[in-house]
Amino acid sequence: MTPFTYNRAADVPDAVRLAASQAGARYLGGGTNLVDLMRERVERPPALVDVTGLSRGIEALADGSLLIGAAATNTAVASDRLVRERYPAVSRAILTGASGQIRNVATVGGNILQRTRCTYFYDQGSACNKREPGSGCDAVGGFNRNHAILGASPACVATHPSDLCVALVAFDAQVHLEGPNGSRQMALEALHRLPGEQPQIETELQPGELITAVALPPLALAARATYRKVRDRTSYAFALVSLAAAIDVGPDGVVRDVRLALGGVAARPWRARTAEQALRGRTADAAGFAAAAEAELAPARGLAHNGFKIELARRLITTTLSALAGGAVT
Amino acid sequence: MQITVNGKSCELEVDLRTSLLDLLRDHLGFTGSKKGCNQGACGACTVLADGVRINACLALAVQYANRSITTVEGLAGGDGLHPLQQAFLEHDGFQCGYCTPGQLCSAVGMLDEIGRGVPSAVSADLAATQFVLDGDELRERMSGNLCRCGAHNGIVEAIAEVAARAPSRPAEQAA
Repeated sequence: MTPFTYNRAADVPDAVRLAASQAGARYLGGGTNLVDLMRERVERPPALVDVTGLSRGIEALADGSLLIGAAATNTAVASDRLVRERYPAVSRAILTGASGQIRNVATVGGNILQRTRCTYFYDQGSACNKREPGSGCDAVGGFNRNHAILGASPACVATHPSDLCVALVAFDAQVHLEGPNGSRQMALEALHRLPGEQPQIETELQPGELITAVALPPLALAARATYRKVRDRTSYAFALVSLAAAIDVGPDGVVRDVRLALGGVAARPWRARTAEQALRGRTADAAGFAAAAEAELAPARGLAHNGFKIELARRLITTTLSALAGGAVT
Repeated sequence: MQITVNGKSCELEVDLRTSLLDLLRDHLGFTGSKKGCNQGACGACTVLADGVRINACLALAVQYANRSITTVEGLAGGDGLHPLQQAFLEHDGFQCGYCTPGQLCSAVGMLDEIGRGVPSAVSADLAATQFVLDGDELRERMSGNLCRCGAHNGIVEAIAEVAARAPSRPAEQAA
């Protein structure tokens, strides 16, 4: 680890002020990703601003939305009564991620801004455009079983590793930001960038901006949503492909509304809007689900070792929607 | 910084880069907590921070200033054995023992989580307020602790026996 200064922020303005006054400062949550990356010298921040003391509240607002403080731990969010009632897929997504020990300290803000687990990103001996812009990408021609099938570029094929974010983007979560130039909100779906030619720029955050909260808008069908994760072992593993899904089928058998987001397939949590559009207003049946999945995965491109993810994602969408529409999914 | 370890208050100066695990082992002599992977994958470093299980290897010590840490040395609160330690002995819950301090601290934290109604990935009904610690729940909840000797069956038996003996946790009794 390279040396750094450490300050504990008293409140949000204090955090933003502390970060703005030190070039290259990073906000520190539970540390489960950043501390590891600092030890590997992938991250070398000269200054840390500890924001674990900021809001960790989970609050039901009058407009029906749920406001989750960015310092809330994964365990706190997954256990929260309102989250479990209104957005069970958010609880399930969190609970399929990491281990009990990590969920106890990892925060919502840190989860959103965690870095890829691409092994070439971690390995200082490998070329990685994300870690060292312009150095190349050893994953493209290397062992890429875990890598992206959607939205990748020749410069980078890394995936975003979060489960939580997949459920959040499915339900139109908004992130609340506070920075040197004031506060703003944006859709979580718009926060993460696809790699293009600049994979080192991962989000739309401005320098010094801090995620202070995540808001989940009211969404009735989210109460019957689910999160399914396919991985190499049944616990404590990152997703090969995951899916957050909710569907509302009318008495006439027609899809009134549907929400779909994929994980493990791209550099950002992948809202499957093409599939959603193909499904709205159509009959809810297996053929329709398969066609929608096909449309969503049409632009997908496999590498040497991850081509199976395309078919896996198709089948995950089709079977999950069939089960949800049949009312047999938890 | 000030930190309380196993009930004893300690004052010391540390390099900011020191992990909680290195602080416990190298600065304070609590070598019960083990360094396995040093990246949060194995759970050998698991300790309790204000009663909550965490990976000490992924924690910067300075983040735990003024907090209370319990390591395996502090579980029993005396010269005897904690009921889980006794159960690990009786059920052959270890061979080499390297993962055992982490397994024990993790199990204590996990049982407290059950008592507080924290769900898991295999909990069928998220609306439930209490979860029964069957084999699937126990294995899922302990998946952050690896045993390379393969003593998992004994570990599961030991934890299940203690959980069955004292189903009511303090948090549950208070609720």
